[in-house]
Amino acid sequence: MHEAAVAQGLIEAILCEAEKQGGRPIRARMSCGTLNAVNDEVVRFAFEAIAEGTVCEGMTLEIEHKPLQAKCRTCGGTYIVTLSDARCPRCAGTDFELLPDAPLVLDEIEFEKE
Amino acid sequence: MEKVNVGSRILGANEQYAMKNIELLAQRKQLCLNMISSPGSGKTTILVRTISDLKGQLRIGVIEGDLQTDIDAQRIRATQAPAIQINTEGACHLSARQVYEALGRLPLDALDAIVIENVGNLVCPAAFELGETGKIVVLSVAEGDDKPVKYPGIFAKSRALLVNKIDLLRGALVEFDLDRVKADARRLNKSIEIFPVCAKSGEGMQNWYDWLGAQVRQSRL
Repeated sequence: MHEAAVAQGLIEAILCEAEKQGGRPIRARMSCGTLNAVNDEVVRFAFEAIAEGTVCEGMTLEIEHKPLQAKCRTCGGTYIVTLSDARCPRCAGTDFELLPDAPLVLDEIEFEKE
Repeated sequence: MEKVNVGSRILGANEQYAMKNIELLAQRKQLCLNMISSPGSGKTTILVRTISDLKGQLRIGVIEGDLQTDIDAQRIRATQAPAIQINTEGACHLSARQVYEALGRLPLDALDAIVIENVGNLVCPAAFELGETGKIVVLSVAEGDDKPVKYPGIFAKSRALLVNKIDLLRGALVEFDLDRVKADARRLNKSIEIFPVCAKSGEGMQNWYDWLGAQVRQSRL
């Protein structure tokens, strides 16, 4: 349930932005990588629970998963890697280096302004 | 309606403390390993054995993370090594801030290396950077040989894998294909060092000690 910490961080960031913008946040878009194993349903559940009683209550949350990329040490190519079968699609090489996973980021908030 | 681009890191507060830990450790040229595994894989037994066997050669301090109790810290302290217990009271992982505070309570000047024994869990602790020098993962044979493919994140991120309780492999007490684990772990992480050990008997531990010593020397450069 590290998703609770993710939801908590998300709400803190939204509240901070809402104070600056002075409107009611109605939708947010976040993105995450692959290795931080974020489950959408669990994040949404935690988000709803923590948002209760704040201006974030009732917000729509969009979650974008960014694929993990690898660099093949055989042919030098970069490719989107699936961990269950990580072979390079170009040369079928198995010697690769995982590139840094995308961090958890709050990308965009949509505000309703009067 | 108005759309606002934010671009802020969701775990920014954790990352700020992780950065403080990175700076502190770099300044002191001290090795700090973040040890991650399922509950019951033998993390504490490995540490107790390591500290005892390396007495006089390597001084290790431990930060213990558990939901409840200070059982693990007591086991470490029984070896005379310093240990700080953190109780997360439900949280499934240690945060960089908890580690920052614990580092402040350890006698760092009297230590060659620090090991953070994270909360027993193969998933969540892998997602939280603590500012450690590197991660190590422990897998005991009773958990099964499919763990690297089922929980790839932690195996992809770790510098070393200790496969513990290998004494159970004799007499076929458990079904576990060590070669499969090695191949699967290396497919995720070509440079991962793999140490099959039995912390209880000491079997295979010397290779781990040699690696640990080399990591300490590397940090001092």
